[in-house]
Parts: sequence; structure tokens; C-alpha cells
Amino acid sequence: MKLSSGTIRLIIPAASLALLLAAVFYMQPRAMSYTGLNLLFNLAIPIALATIAQMLIMSINDLDLSMGTFVSFCACVAATVLQTSPLLGALIFIGAIAVYAGMGMLIHVRDLPSIVVTLGMSFVWGGLAVLLLPSPGGTAPTWARAIMTAKPPLVPMAIIASILIAAVTHYIVMRSSFGVLMRGTGGNDRSVERAGWSVIGIRAATYALAGLFAIFAGIALVGLTTSADANIALRYTLLSIAGVILGGGEFVGGKVSPIGAVIGALTLTLAGSFLSFMRISPDWQIGAQGAILIVVLALRLALNRLEKREKHQ
Amino acid sequence: MTLQKFLTEKPWIWSFVASIIVWITTVLFTGGASSLGLSQAALTFAAFSVIVGIGQMFVITLGPGNIDLSVPATMTLSGTLALKLMDVQDGMILFGLFASIGIGLIIGLGNYILIKLLRIPPIIATLSMSFIVQSVAIWSNRGLRIKPPETLAGFATSGLFGIPNIALVALVLSVIAWVLLEKSIYGRWISAIGQSRFAARMAGIPVDGARLVTYMLCAVLASVCGYLLASFSGGAALNMGSEYLLMSIAVVVVGGTAVAGGNSNIPGIWGASLFMFLVVSMLNTYGFGAGFRLILTGFIIIAVILLAGGHKSHR
Repeated sequence: MKLSSGTIRLIIPAASLALLLAAVFYMQPRAMSYTGLNLLFNLAIPIALATIAQMLIMSINDLDLSMGTFVSFCACVAATVLQTSPLLGALIFIGAIAVYAGMGMLIHVRDLPSIVVTLGMSFVWGGLAVLLLPSPGGTAPTWARAIMTAKPPLVPMAIIASILIAAVTHYIVMRSSFGVLMRGTGGNDRSVERAGWSVIGIRAATYALAGLFAIFAGIALVGLTTSADANIALRYTLLSIAGVILGGGEFVGGKVSPIGAVIGALTLTLAGSFLSFMRISPDWQIGAQGAILIVVLALRLALNRLEKREKHQ
Repeated sequence: MTLQKFLTEKPWIWSFVASIIVWITTVLFTGGASSLGLSQAALTFAAFSVIVGIGQMFVITLGPGNIDLSVPATMTLSGTLALKLMDVQDGMILFGLFASIGIGLIIGLGNYILIKLLRIPPIIATLSMSFIVQSVAIWSNRGLRIKPPETLAGFATSGLFGIPNIALVALVLSVIAWVLLEKSIYGRWISAIGQSRFAARMAGIPVDGARLVTYMLCAVLASVCGYLLASFSGGAALNMGSEYLLMSIAVVVVGGTAVAGGNSNIPGIWGASLFMFLVVSMLNTYGFGAGFRLILTGFIIIAVILLAGGHKSHR
């Protein structure tokens, strides 16, 4: 049987997720239930959405260091303006998407490093979030709360949402012609340009799409937590990058995997629960998360070597 | 024509010009009363950014993708452990300094082992490392706030001829770094690696050795900065490094170092560090709230990169 390199790329993330899940079930059999699964993966939905947004940016060789502050900003908008006057809230979100598209164009036109531009933007989003919500507060829009706490029959909401996110983004990134152009821009933007496509348009659209997913992440987060504050999602910047890498994505070359990214986000969330089930002292939880990251990446390296050896034979 | 050439060859001039303008605007607002205090505060706080910024600059020089995200965690761990070791005794000051340098060496080595052996991109390797380092810091800190030895605290908070000691330390470190970067073979090596790692390897440059030294240098500078910052602020706190993550990258880039690597300069880090501090104090003086201050800081970073990054970088 011949496996495509994309499938092989997915094996390690999927296997590590399964292993972690098995370990959690072994230690806490009661987690193997509808409520248990929902609790385990609930917080993964916003992280998965943010990871997808980061993955889109990474597919064109850029990196968004403002992801955490932008998701925080969106959460603040969702908990304040979107809740009181939905129309104005929607307008703000459309404006934010336009800013993301503009950022993508600016980075391309002036050939700027995306790390620095998004670094600057992270201050801007952080400042806007502080202006909106100087102290923690706000209320989640009822519909966002309803979606995030929905209890569909048989399969918990967290699982359905993850599968839905993975399926939709897999279609956009891997199957649609826009996705091919996007990954092509990451691989070699000059050849995409020579083939007659507007690279600046592709970049703007990619950034806009990433902004949209980050907005979803902010709304989903508020739906879960019911209120927001300006620092609510700061750790998403690093989590989203780690999620993409865990899921088999690469920093350059347009090599990304949406399904992998969602699995990566689930793995990161589960790692936290796993550690608390292990009764590891809270002091070491962050460190153990780092160790899990290293172990998974080491496994991936081993698999990549195996793949290469097979190719040489 | 010569002036124009001078300006394009020395991109760091801009950050100094900007710093001076901001300084004048702030002092004008207060009627000249604050000029000495503001300058001293600016030099002190800029010095901390300069020390971590130099380390980050060496790493960024290595080329695209090279960034050390473990800087804040290293600062925290070094500050915490050094103060714990010194235990308020003046006799232990040097020992504490060596301990924090040792911590830096170990973290830098660990970072590069992850990068090299696991072939992890530096961003992820230093990120995973920082999680572990942060955990060790939390574990060793236990919420206790140990004071620095009196002599050390006195040194960190006083000055010589009106210039803060911290700024003098940063100046000495900058001169050493400048010699390393501009006059030594090591500096040529890392610039060559940043421009093309493949070509550097073909030219017989010990690429792995140079990269290892660079990551260790960055971690050592971060831990020395943590040691000084903890002594300056009268104790180590678990979040003391957090603002230096973005700051260390921002001062390097605003200072005119090419983010694509291979082209760096030290004076720019000073200009940028002074500028970043002065902007915040100017906005404070003018009574802006935290929100506006952050927004303006962001716009300034983007404006600077727009002005400075006009030339095509080769990727």
C-alpha cells in the first residue's frame, strides 16, 4: 500500500493525540463519556480556530505574532459591542478583516518582515482591547453562548465542532483552487506570479481569511467563558504556532495541513488535562507541556527519516 | 549626495533622531523641569532592553527563522536563582553573577541541542525550552521575594557622574559586542551564515559551532540582564521578563537590523531602546491612557519599519 506524504504527515499528530487520549481514559475512565469528552475538549474549539488562522498565515511563509492579542480584541468586541448592538459589532469585525487584508498587502508591497508588522499590530490590538474593556467584564451574546453550550445527541459539541472546522478548512486549503494558489504562493510566489495570478490579491485574501477565523476564535472563546478581558487569549500566539507545527505544518514552503492543525490544537489542550490527571504539581505543568512538544517533534523527526529512507530504496 | 549616502549606509541614525525629537517634546511639555530625571530613567530602562536586544540581534543575524523566544524565561530564572544563591550576602555577589552566567550557558546549549538534534525550527525549540525554564523558575521561586545584596542593589540603582551604572554596563557590553560583530572573524561568520547558510558551509565556516556560540551568547546576555534587573527592582518576580519578549525583537528591528539576517548593527539597538522608552514616557506625560499608549506604540513600530524597510531585502 502506498501512502501519500500528506497522509504520513498526519500519522504522528493523530497517533500522539490517540495516545494521550488513551492515557487520559486509563487514568480517569469517567472521562470516557459524553460530558467527560466535552469537558476535555471544550476549550480546544477557540484554540483550533486560532491555529487554523495562524496556519493560513504560515502557508504563505509569514508568521502572525499578533494572533493572541487579536483574538483577545475580538473576544472583547464580542462581549461588548456585538452583544449590545450586533450591527455595529459586525461592522467592527468587517473593519478588522479589512485591516488584516491591508496588512497582507502592505507586507507584500513593501516587502516587509511579517514578524515585525504583526508585532506592531499586536500593540494596536492590545490597546484597542484595553480601551474597550479596561477591566474584565462584558457578556457573551446569547447565540454564541447557545452554540458553545449546545448538547447535540450522541457526539459532544466539541468533537462535532472540531470535525466541522477540520472539514471546512481542509476543503478550502487542500481542495479549492484558492487553496492551491495560496500554498503555491508559499512554495514559490514568483512562479505563481509568472503564471498570471495576482500574488498581492492572494496574500490579501489569505490574511482576510485568517482574520475571519481569528474572529470566530474570539467569539467561540467568549461563548465558553461568558465574559472577556483584554488579556484573555494572549497565550494563543504561541499555542497557535505550536499547534500548526505539531500538526505537521512547516514554517516555509506552503506545507500545511488543516486537519493536522486541528489535531495539533486538540493535542495541546489535552496535554493540559493529561497533566492535571497525572497530579503533576502546577509548578511543572508548563514545563511538562514543553516536554510533550519536544517528544512529539522528536517522533516526527524519526518518522521523516523513515520516510526518506523508503524513498531512497 | 554624501549626506544621503551617509544616511542610507547608517540606518540607525533615524532611531537616534527620533529619540531626540521625542525627548525634546516631552521636556518641552514639562517646561524643562524633568530633563535630567527623564534622561537618567531613559538610560536605565533602555540599558535593560539593550542588553537583551544585543543577544537577540546576534540570533536574528543568523538568518530567517532564527529568534530566541526563551529570553523572558531565562531572565526570570537567572534573576530568581541568583538572588536565592546570594541570599542578601554581599560576599556572594560575584558568585551570583557567575551562577547566572552558568544558567545562561546551559539554556543556550539546551536550545541549540534541540535545534540541531531534533531539527526543530528555532522558534519552536526556544519556545519549548522557555516552557521548561519557566517551570523551573516557578518551582524555585515559590512566591518568595528575596532582596538583592545591599551593595549590588546600591550599584544597580546609582550612577557615575550622573550616568546610571546599568547604562555603563550596557555600554561596555555593547562595545564588546560591536568588536565581536564588526572586527572579529566570528562576526563575519555569523553575517555570512545569515546571508546564505549553504554558501557559508561551502566556504568552510564552522556553521554549527558559530550558531551554538550565538544561542549561548544570547542566553547569557538574557541571564545577565535578569540578574541586573532583579537587583535593580529589589527582587525577582515571575513575570519580570515578559515584556522583554516583544521588546527584544522590536529594538533590534527598529534599530535597523535586517530581519532576514546577515546585516546587523549595534548603535541602532541603543537608539531604538531609548526611543521605545521615551515614547512611552512622552505619552504618559501627555496624559494618554494605557490603551492609547499601546496603540501609538504599535503604529510607531509599523511606521519605523515602513520608513526603514524601504529597500528590497533579499530572501
